[in-house]
Amino acid sequence: MKTISIFEKAGAFAENKDVARDIRTREVLPALEAGEEIILDFERVGAATQSFIHALISDVLRKLGDDALDRIAFKSCDDTIKKIVNIVIGYMQEGMGARGPED
Amino acid sequence: MEMKVHIPNSAFLGNIDPFLRGFDPSSPETIEITANEKWIAVHPIVLSMIAALGLTVKEDKIHCEKFEAKSKHYLARMGLFKFLKVSSGISFVEHESAGRFIPLTQIRTSDELTKFITEMIPLLHLEPEPSKTIGYIVSELARNVIEHAETENGAILCAQYYKKSNSIRIGIADTGVGIKETISRSHVAPTDLDAIRLALWPGITGTTRREGGTEQNAGAGLFFIKSIASVNRDFFVIYSGGGFYKLLKRPAGSKQRLYADPFEDRHSKEANLPYWRGTIVGADITLDQTAEFSSLLDAIGNTYQAAVRDRIKARHKKARFI
Repeated sequence: MKTISIFEKAGAFAENKDVARDIRTREVLPALEAGEEIILDFERVGAATQSFIHALISDVLRKLGDDALDRIAFKSCDDTIKKIVNIVIGYMQEGMGARGPED
Repeated sequence: MEMKVHIPNSAFLGNIDPFLRGFDPSSPETIEITANEKWIAVHPIVLSMIAALGLTVKEDKIHCEKFEAKSKHYLARMGLFKFLKVSSGISFVEHESAGRFIPLTQIRTSDELTKFITEMIPLLHLEPEPSKTIGYIVSELARNVIEHAETENGAILCAQYYKKSNSIRIGIADTGVGIKETISRSHVAPTDLDAIRLALWPGITGTTRREGGTEQNAGAGLFFIKSIASVNRDFFVIYSGGGFYKLLKRPAGSKQRLYADPFEDRHSKEANLPYWRGTIVGADITLDQTAEFSSLLDAIGNTYQAAVRDRIKARHKKARFI
């Protein structure tokens, strides 16, 4: 089980998408692809933007499918962050059922 | 011939249209800035716009008349003259900007933005929840500029707290490629106004036609901000190229409803304003209401998913009945 502290990397206001990308590509995807489970720990994170959460997890869902959610836990999210996470997961799952014109 | 901007007596989001119509962009190498002689009270969007224009012109090509209005001190405090590198003729001690405003600031990189949010938003001395909302809006708008506008001048922004209405007014301007160019990379947008409409739609991004966006872009930022303004019954304005969209205040007592299509919201629009090379966004955020941000997210989620479903359904092949 790998725990990733969002606060340590993105601070109390998680909005830097470059940081989110680095967490995704360097830690989340490699761990999941190696069969590990991960905890995204939002302790001390007071706010996060939808863009940050999208950059953090959307490509994980696209590459590994929504089964990846069985191996990701979101820890210590306040209600607002929980809702933003659910919005991103919601539209990704909704959209992944369809093939766009460029696919 | 010169570009011409006249700072009027009053230009806030509710009455900004005449100011924009009066902007003359015909000769972009030089700029002439004039102002009302009696009194100037303008939204931060006006200052951001003028400062952004100033960065596109050589210093000696900026012609700024000597302002007579008493309120020129306000423009000086917001950093306009300093930004334009012209003498204001005003001598005052420059205090730290703790008067609940954020002076004109240029943001060119992701790290500069993070630093700005960490260090400057606290200068507005807001409660934690409104502070998050303002940080959210600034982050999404400035990142749009950094990622899509393709201008080395980046984003120019400023903000002001208004005690009487207990609201924050924000203006952000860039002189980049504009929304039509970026949206048209993945969608059909014959006019600037068509492009603005698409950019405000949840899940539409210029980076891909694919549902869910790319790994870095979802196409949701502007929809979120418009939704915050809509729920708070606030103005929200976006101007790019010749296209202009203004979200009008929802009447008091009317039912809160979010729309994926911005043209279904109560709004005004124009297709042929003087051409602004880049994008300008202005928003008013009433602070009494911002505690509703969490509940707003439920409505945003539902509207967003419905918009995705509608787009998918629209692509379904239909039976041919002959």
